[in-house]
Parts: sequence; C-alpha cells; structure tokens
Amino acid sequence: METQRVVNEPIESPQIEIHAPAAPVDTQKKAKTRGRAIVVTSGKGGVGKTTTTANLGVALAARGARVVLIDADVGLRNLDLVLGLESRVRFHVLDVLEGRTTLADALVRDKRVPSLYLLAAAQNREKDDVATDAMLALVEQLRGDFDYVLIDSPAGIEMGFKNAIAGADEAIVVCTPEVAAVRDVDRVVGLLGNRINAQLVVNRIRPALVRKGKMLSVQDVNAILRLPLLGVLGDAPDVIVSTNRGEPVALDEASATGAAYRAIAARIAGEDVAAPQASEPEGFLDKLGSFFGGRR
Amino acid sequence: MLNRVMEWFRRMLGTPSSSSVAKERLRLVLLSDHLALAPDVIEAMRRDIFDVISRYVEVDEAHSDVSFEHKEQGIAMLANIPILSLRAREPDLGISEESPPKEETSVLETVSVNGHKTDNYGRRPRKRRRRKASGASQTAPAQ
Repeated sequence: METQRVVNEPIESPQIEIHAPAAPVDTQKKAKTRGRAIVVTSGKGGVGKTTTTANLGVALAARGARVVLIDADVGLRNLDLVLGLESRVRFHVLDVLEGRTTLADALVRDKRVPSLYLLAAAQNREKDDVATDAMLALVEQLRGDFDYVLIDSPAGIEMGFKNAIAGADEAIVVCTPEVAAVRDVDRVVGLLGNRINAQLVVNRIRPALVRKGKMLSVQDVNAILRLPLLGVLGDAPDVIVSTNRGEPVALDEASATGAAYRAIAARIAGEDVAAPQASEPEGFLDKLGSFFGGRR
Repeated sequence: MLNRVMEWFRRMLGTPSSSSVAKERLRLVLLSDHLALAPDVIEAMRRDIFDVISRYVEVDEAHSDVSFEHKEQGIAMLANIPILSLRAREPDLGISEESPPKEETSVLETVSVNGHKTDNYGRRPRKRRRRKASGASQTAPAQ
C-alpha cells in the first residue's frame, strides 16, 4: 500500500488540492460550492459519448472551471485512452469505493489543463460490482470539490447506466443521425425521468449527405426527441486523429470540431452562445476534387 | 432550395429519399415503443379505421393519411381522409347487431381480397400494395 502510493505520485505532478474524503467539510460552505453533476449518455454504443465527455471536460476546464471526469464504463475503460492519460492511471473508481485508496490518490490530473481530473473505471471488473449508493455518495462528495462532475455512462440501460445516472441531475444525451441511435436516446430520455434534465448533442452530422436526403438532419432527429439542443458536431476527421493521439480536439485551437466543443462548453456554463452547427466541409475545390475522383 | 427540388423529383419518381424513409420508420417504431403496441397492431388499427369509415362513405384511400403526432399532452392520432361520395345505400348495420362475429369475418375477407393483410410485420400497405398483392393472396389462407 505504501509503495503503491509512492508509485502513484507522478514526479512533476503538483499536489492535488482537493480535500481528503474523510475530512469533514463545513456543510454551509459545501452547499454553496456544490458543483453540477452531468451524465453523458446515449443508450446506443459508439455514438461518441466518451469523446464528448473528454472534450467537454477539457473545454470546461480550459475555461477555468474545476472539472472531474468519472469513467462509469466499468469493465470497458476508455476515457483515459481518449484523454491520453492511460499511462498515469494507477487506481480506479472501485479502488476508491472499496477503500483500497483515497479519492485524492485515485484522481489523475491532466497536465495540459490543470483544473481537469480523471477518475478511471476498473478494467478487470464488472458493472454489477459497483453499488449504486456508493456511486451516488462518490458523486456527492466530488460535487463538493469541483464545479463540474461529468460522468461518462456506458452503453445500455442496465446496471452500469443506472449507476452512472444515480448521482447526476443533468444529462447530455449524444445522438447520431441514425434510426437506432434516435430510438435508443428516446428510450434513455424516458428512463432519465423528470429528475434529470436532458440536453441534446447531435454528433457525426454530414451536411453534404443531409442535403442529398441521405442522412437524417438535426431537425429530423430533434423533431422526434424534442430536447434542448446544446450543439451539433460534424463527422470530422480531426476527431479521429486527435483520438489516435490521445489529444482531445477541444485543445486544438485550429479545429472546427474543437471550436464546436468549446461553444457547447460555453453553453453548458450558461453563456449566451449560439448552438454550434456542423460545419460544411465540402467547398468548391473539394467538390471539384471529388468530381475528378480525388476523394472517396 | 435545391434539396426541395430534388425531393420533389424523387417523390414524382416514387422513390423517397433514404432519410425520409428513415424518418417514417422511426416515427412508427417510436410510436409503438411509446404505446407499447406492436407495429402490426397499429397497422391493424389503421386498417380498421378505414374499414369502418368505408362502411358509411366512399373514401379516397390513396390520398388518405393516418398518422400519429406528439402533442403536448401525449400522442394524438390524426386522420385526413378525403371523402369521394356518400354510400348510395344504408350500411349493413343490422347484420353487425344481429351477429357480430359474422360481420367481423366479412370485414377481414374484404381486407384480404384487397391485399391489405400483408401487414403482420408492420409494413405500411399503401406503396407496397401493388407489388405485394400476389404475396398477400398466398399468406391470406394462413390467417
């Protein structure tokens, strides 16, 4: 235990400033600084929940907020990978819940955005191993120390999902313009009930396909879901590249998708910013190129 | 503008865009999700509505539209059914009062003759009817 703790301390990493879990915090102060707990969910897998969680976390932290990301996908840990923090994870959420380490030791600080922390999921355990009450208590505790607690929900609507939403009172539902994704979001929103406010992020829109009538538009999707729209993200290659590298695209000042994530973060923070729309990747030259078989 | 024109052309050619097919499929499947009714039950309900109205007036089924919409209070069924003419004679209401089961079978027969009974899998009949008509007569005896 002692040695593990030493290993966990990255050499150049500054001390984590959050309160130790056992330390009683003045309740009045805690109530005043209670952060927002937002679950990122979708029902269907592969729509971009983890990418959205990572990028919104980065974007919110870059605005100066204290943000902690919880990977609730126990057994299929990925948020650390998307954030590029995989080599620094020593403890996971079940180590904390089962008392093998302290919360402060399990949080991994992102050096690029110092007010961003990650609590990784356990990779070699199952979703049913997490007790809903314990998860709720964990989120409650983190809300005392952070402005935002973003919870990356697993796909599905079973135990892992129930644990992920337990401590949240807001939700960001991620939907792609596919019939299966829309149906699943519809189901998930029903399960969130009245307690959890849901807002929509539409991911992987391809404006050229929408124009040709080959893809559901954002309006089509939201005519069915009828949720407040946080923003729209295009199906852009820079997201793939940034995930390959473990560098969230929200850090990339030049990226249109990064700008869209930053705008969504601003909206979450309550700024009066227009919901980003998927940018139009096909200019005249692109079209000319595709006419001559330049791109497929 | 351009896509409106494209959509218009597609409609003229009878091939809806895949996104409008997706929209319609989603609409139906979510409706059944919400109502906890299977798609074939909804289709049967739609059929029965036409049959009932057809007993009294002659309706233009090709230009009819029965749909479900989300309203603030929940889901509403909206029917837009053009009436071509009133039926010349009194509908055979007396039969249904005397022997309801017999009336029921006669309605079902009408349905299968028209080739509408293909909808056990929730398919919408209108556009497929012509193609599916032969298939319908095959499946009808099994019912």
